[in-house]
Amino acid sequence: MSVIPPRAPDVEEASLYASHQKVYPRAVQGVVRRVKWAALILLLGLYYLVPWLRWDRGPNAPDQAVLVDMGHARLFFFWFELWPQEIYFLTGVLVLCAIGLFAVTSLFGRVWCGFTCPQTVWTDLFMWVERRIEGDRNARIKLDHGPRDRAWWRAKVIKHGAWLAIAMATGGAWIMYFNDTPSTSWAMLTGQASLTVYGFFALFTATTYVLAGAAREQVCTYMCPWPRFQGAMLDENSLVVTYRDWRGEPRGKPTDPDAGDCVDCKACVHVCPTGIDIRDGQQLECIGCGLCVDACDDVMKRLNRPTGLVAFETLKNLAASEAATKGMAPGPARLERGMSVRVAQKIIRPRMLVYVGVLGAAILLMMGAWLMRQTLTLTVLRDRAPLYVQLADGGVRNAYTLKLANKLRGELALSLVLEGPQGLRLLVQDAGLDAQGRPVLTTREDGITQWRALITAPEGLRLRGSTAITFRLLDAQGTSVARQSSVFLGPER
Amino acid sequence: MPTKIEKDSITGQMTTGHEWDGIKELNTPMPRWWLYTFYACIGFALVWVVLYPALPITGATGLLGWTARGALPAQQAAERARIEPMLARLRAATPEQIAADPELRGFALAGGRVAFANNCAGCHGAGGQGAVGGFPSLADDDWIYGGSFEAIQHTIRHGVRANESDEQRGIAMPAFQATGMLNATQVSDTAEFVLSLSGRSTDAAAATRGEALYAENCASCHAERGEGNRELGAPRLNDRIWLYGGDKAAVMRSIAYSRAGVMPSWQGRLDPAMINMLTIYVHALGGGE
Ligand code: SF4
Ligand code: SF4
Repeated sequence: MSVIPPRAPDVEEASLYASHQKVYPRAVQGVVRRVKWAALILLLGLYYLVPWLRWDRGPNAPDQAVLVDMGHARLFFFWFELWPQEIYFLTGVLVLCAIGLFAVTSLFGRVWCGFTCPQTVWTDLFMWVERRIEGDRNARIKLDHGPRDRAWWRAKVIKHGAWLAIAMATGGAWIMYFNDTPSTSWAMLTGQASLTVYGFFALFTATTYVLAGAAREQVCTYMCPWPRFQGAMLDENSLVVTYRDWRGEPRGKPTDPDAGDCVDCKACVHVCPTGIDIRDGQQLECIGCGLCVDACDDVMKRLNRPTGLVAFETLKNLAASEAATKGMAPGPARLERGMSVRVAQKIIRPRMLVYVGVLGAAILLMMGAWLMRQTLTLTVLRDRAPLYVQLADGGVRNAYTLKLANKLRGELALSLVLEGPQGLRLLVQDAGLDAQGRPVLTTREDGITQWRALITAPEGLRLRGSTAITFRLLDAQGTSVARQSSVFLGPER
Repeated sequence: MPTKIEKDSITGQMTTGHEWDGIKELNTPMPRWWLYTFYACIGFALVWVVLYPALPITGATGLLGWTARGALPAQQAAERARIEPMLARLRAATPEQIAADPELRGFALAGGRVAFANNCAGCHGAGGQGAVGGFPSLADDDWIYGGSFEAIQHTIRHGVRANESDEQRGIAMPAFQATGMLNATQVSDTAEFVLSLSGRSTDAAAATRGEALYAENCASCHAERGEGNRELGAPRLNDRIWLYGGDKAAVMRSIAYSRAGVMPSWQGRLDPAMINMLTIYVHALGGGE
């Protein structure tokens, strides 16, 4: 970089940074839009209502169907209850979601982005509010470019107020997934909630407001990693939003006999929430929301032309139609020819088999793990300082900490038996004894109890080095319900 | 090599003017707010460095004067206030009452573990295992001054030969050879007898000779058959636990030059609640008496 070369005078200086171009998406009606409304109502409904669902969990656990209980380190999901050491189930669910997302994307393109992604859903809702208050595309452009008069202030204050209200409802609902909903809602309303609660409430309100109100399509384009690598899931058999250029080109007036079907009305561009032109082909910015499909179909219907100039289409079919109509003049013959070579989407392909296979294996694995999940576990920790204790009469004693985790409702009284060399004496501090003189460990309901056990090898037993022993818990019927092996240590010589 | 900025004919986009091996880079501009976010982060970092201790220089505290260490006393005070009601209950209760109340007992065990690690583990070991050479194990079933709650608490409160409390434990054992009370052969014979008390003597004749010497010099404290005496803190000699080592050389050394362990008195140093917690913890360690 020693010499700065002269630049061509006709080329303007290119900046590495561009100022943000505001997008003014227009309202649109149609099939896709109706599906999107339905998805929006369903998803937001679930989001806001689920924390209110009650679930009877007994006296010592919160009666909420879905709850991440940080304080007690529990995750409740309807009939599932996860303890911290089982958090891998959550990892498993996330893995399932990821593979499911891969499979769906490879079949139907970016349906996640376009229809269900929270960023899309809330942005959609915010845009709807914006439209109700400031009017549709043209009205909004006019408002923003017009004077800062009363009408402008009125519209902006109402809009931002409404946005803030939605953002607060969103932030508030998020808190309820981590706290008991009725009591926490009340506490928040009456100013009694903790600073942490208000802090997170403010945080999630702010992020909703900024992301759905201001950042919008920029989140998808610049922040979200998914668009960057979802291309790896797509192939020529995936359904993606495409412009059938073989049919639309060359663009021209509706009256022009030499023009294709695209009348260059830019309806598809104006409705696009990311502000792109789908006629330029596949683009990173396109979230696959399909609103341009609705917009163009509307135009085509009004022109009495077949719909589907912009459509959900596989790239394979697009290429096939393109090849079949090469060199043909615009008109009904070209259209018919192009559509006739299309084939049904190929669903079963190696990639899908791999996804479905992995998905199935993961589901089986998770189900197996869940079925084998222990609801009662005994953990034995050997005292290590000292490894063993020399007793006055020549015996040797080891100490153990027993942890008994009961993941179910109800308390249990279990007898502890020791399996190992005959003659070992077992004492559990603070434990009662059953009829046979065995220590009885009582469990708390849905909790952990801890006991200290002392095992003594009397002088005559002379256990040297390490000896395997096993703790076993028996229920009232004498059935073994939990076991844990450990060792008994004595002097080496 | 920089080349000229030009329009790329295929994409219609401008290039950055960078070229590597014939490959030119397209200029795909970042949004400007992204740049501003970056600047804001730099600004934030600068403010942080000025206000908080961010520089790796000793004594550089930042304009606010805040340090993690400086904030510690307030956090400790808050934590203390949080557990104070529990400590008050522990202070008011006797060890027996604490042991009978599962909630208090659990708290005492947890607190006692920490107090033990902070104050006692230096001599008695992390798990109370002690060490040969005068640091008694607290995890065994041999209690020199008794293993009841009361006895343990008394030892903790008043210490052993620390000359800090009138009620301290322990009296001194004479140094029999150093003071000329016994000669070397007599010390050896006495040691043989002491070993015979736990069945480990290898020289019956010497042990027999030592028996009379023991009765005359040692039995007043360690009792006739080496049962020891808790009042005086004279350890049992007829068991398998040897505070200063149980081989003949160690026993001879004990007789010839005497032994005397020292433990500070913790009364006045530790909160009564903490002494109660330690009592419960130490009692549980060795199973108590
Ligand atoms: S809406 Fe349809 S006709 Fe209008 S510009 Fe877009 S593709 Fe062309
Ligand atoms: S190009 Fe069409 S499908 Fe893609 S984001 Fe825009 S409107 Fe949605």
